[in-house]
Amino acid sequence: MAGRNGATLPEPQMVIDGVSLSFGGVRALSEISFNVYPGTIQAIIGPNGAGKTSLLNCISGLYRPQEGQIRFEGRNIIGLAPHQIARLGIARSFQNIELFRHMTVVDNLMLGRHVHMHSGVLSGGLYWGRAQREEIAHRELVEQVIDLLEIQAIRKKTVGALSYGLQKRVELGRALAMSPRLLLLDEPMAGMNSEEKEDMARFILDISEEQRTTIVLIEHDMGVVMDISDNVAVLEFGLLIAYGTPDEVKANPRVIDAYLGREHAA
Amino acid sequence: MQSGTFHTNYASDMALRPYWPQRIRIVLVIVLVLAFPWFADRYWLNLANTIGIAAIAAIGLNILVGYTGQISIGHGGFLAVGAFSAGLLAARLNMPMWITVPVASLFTAGVGAIFGLPSARLKGLYLAIATLAAQEIIIWVLNHGKLLGIGESLALSRETTNIFGIPMIGNTDFSFYWVIMGSLVLTVIFVSNLFRTRAGRAFVAIRDQDIAAQVIGVDLFTYKLLAFATSSFFAGLAGALTAHYRGIISWERFTIDTSILYLAMIIIGGLGSVSGAIYGAIFMTLLPAILSNLARALSGTVPQINSYLPFMQQGAFGLAIILFLIFEPEGIVKMWRNVKDYFRLWPFSY
Ligand SMILES: Nc1ncnc2c1ncn2[C@@H]1O[C@H](COP(=O)(O)OP(=O)(O)O)[C@@H](O)[C@H]1O
Ligand SMILES: [Mg+2]
Repeated sequence: MAGRNGATLPEPQMVIDGVSLSFGGVRALSEISFNVYPGTIQAIIGPNGAGKTSLLNCISGLYRPQEGQIRFEGRNIIGLAPHQIARLGIARSFQNIELFRHMTVVDNLMLGRHVHMHSGVLSGGLYWGRAQREEIAHRELVEQVIDLLEIQAIRKKTVGALSYGLQKRVELGRALAMSPRLLLLDEPMAGMNSEEKEDMARFILDISEEQRTTIVLIEHDMGVVMDISDNVAVLEFGLLIAYGTPDEVKANPRVIDAYLGREHAA
Repeated sequence: MQSGTFHTNYASDMALRPYWPQRIRIVLVIVLVLAFPWFADRYWLNLANTIGIAAIAAIGLNILVGYTGQISIGHGGFLAVGAFSAGLLAARLNMPMWITVPVASLFTAGVGAIFGLPSARLKGLYLAIATLAAQEIIIWVLNHGKLLGIGESLALSRETTNIFGIPMIGNTDFSFYWVIMGSLVLTVIFVSNLFRTRAGRAFVAIRDQDIAAQVIGVDLFTYKLLAFATSSFFAGLAGALTAHYRGIISWERFTIDTSILYLAMIIIGGLGSVSGAIYGAIFMTLLPAILSNLARALSGTVPQINSYLPFMQQGAFGLAIILFLIFEPEGIVKMWRNVKDYFRLWPFSY
């Protein structure tokens, strides 16, 4: 667990506490409880349809669980609207890229700065004084993200025209531009070739190490998950069947049976 | 060539017209606009003024439909709100146009925000029907306007046509040209700025991906209402200018036909583009004018042609819309871009 080597456990940054979610008769999540600790990479794994995306949707306010609480930095965020949750410092990417397709890379990333900026319709339309200074200041921050993700060459390109791998990277950039305190990534490496996957894993580690951003990562590639995450939560049919460090999870007989075993057998 | 331009700071990179061919084009347009009224007769001045007002309203509609992705068939109604609120202030309270025009625009923005409330729940066709209801409600109120003291039409006294007390006498087409083009230029600058800053980007985000927009912190409800209000502000401006320019207004000018005409303008000109809205306004104003000139020229040889004119004009509108939807759904703005791309590499067209 987070308090490895018998050290005292730090305060969790997010507490998922008895979260249950159903769609009609389908129970997507059943009493899920686990903690996410500050500065860690928390992986969520599990077969398709296990409820991983649904859990992220509950955290970002897109789904409202029928039971349970999600406390972020001490505050229950269930019932808040997605834009309010964004303002608390929770950013995310989507399993099926959800970028602003007709805008440039820079504009997508500038939208990531939305909650940190202030100008409105009037001051923006006049583009005078503060609105202008604000645009330039935030553009500089966006350029830092562009440098970090090595997407300088495509900054003025329209997002819809980019390759799948680059779009995934831009979507990470947009979330990162929010300067989040918690970053939720839904299968950021899905559908990538191994080189792109390596790049993405490197970026995630950089973000975690340099900015100490807490990351919740859904990923199918077990190699990557076991390499880079601090803690792993395993979901199956909406149930949390295991939670622990990668080594603990790997040794868990239920996980071997339900998930790893099947993959090894295949 | 654009590849030869480098920016040494973000401010210049973020300027509205960063490349020198664009700047030259702007200068040419400005010279044309400044020179035109000195050579044009009243007929052409009237056409230019009609285009100018239509362009302001079309830019307004494009904010809502093209940039924010909220379909509205109520724009004619919002133009009516602008025209009649300015008209009533001028006719009943004798207020001059430099007061009535901004007041009417702001009032229309408020009315637009109220009729934008259904956008919180409705999308696409359902929202379109709700805005159609707005259109019909507004026209119904004006049509039963005895409450407001409006008869069949509302006449404005010419005294109110002054700017800071300076009367616009003599050739009204000529003096209104400056007022209308001035308003259009300010509209173009404002809206272009809007869409390179925070609020404008949020509008476009809602159009492109509304779930992602929420998740990055855009409050959908607030921004949709803002889009309705901003869009209606410019409808109000166009309506108020119409009222003072024509001197007499009636609700018949602002029916659902007008709403659909404006939708056609931005579809033909180019959705989500300021210049597209202007091209659309030019196209849709010139098309009937050219057709009626053509009919007049041919009436010697084909005497019946004048009786077919309204039919021909309607048919030409319909045909234009269909042809654009099939061959260039991105509008005149895209055709113009293709021409520019061709000449940018010219004569090396590889
Ligand atoms: N919006 C929804 N409406 C109905 N059922 C849903 C919805 N979202 C998810 N589900 C169901 O919830 C279960 C978990 O789905 P999901 O969270 O997408 O799984 P995962 O991301 O682990 O593959 C699935 O059975 C899925 O069909
Ligand atoms: Mg999923």
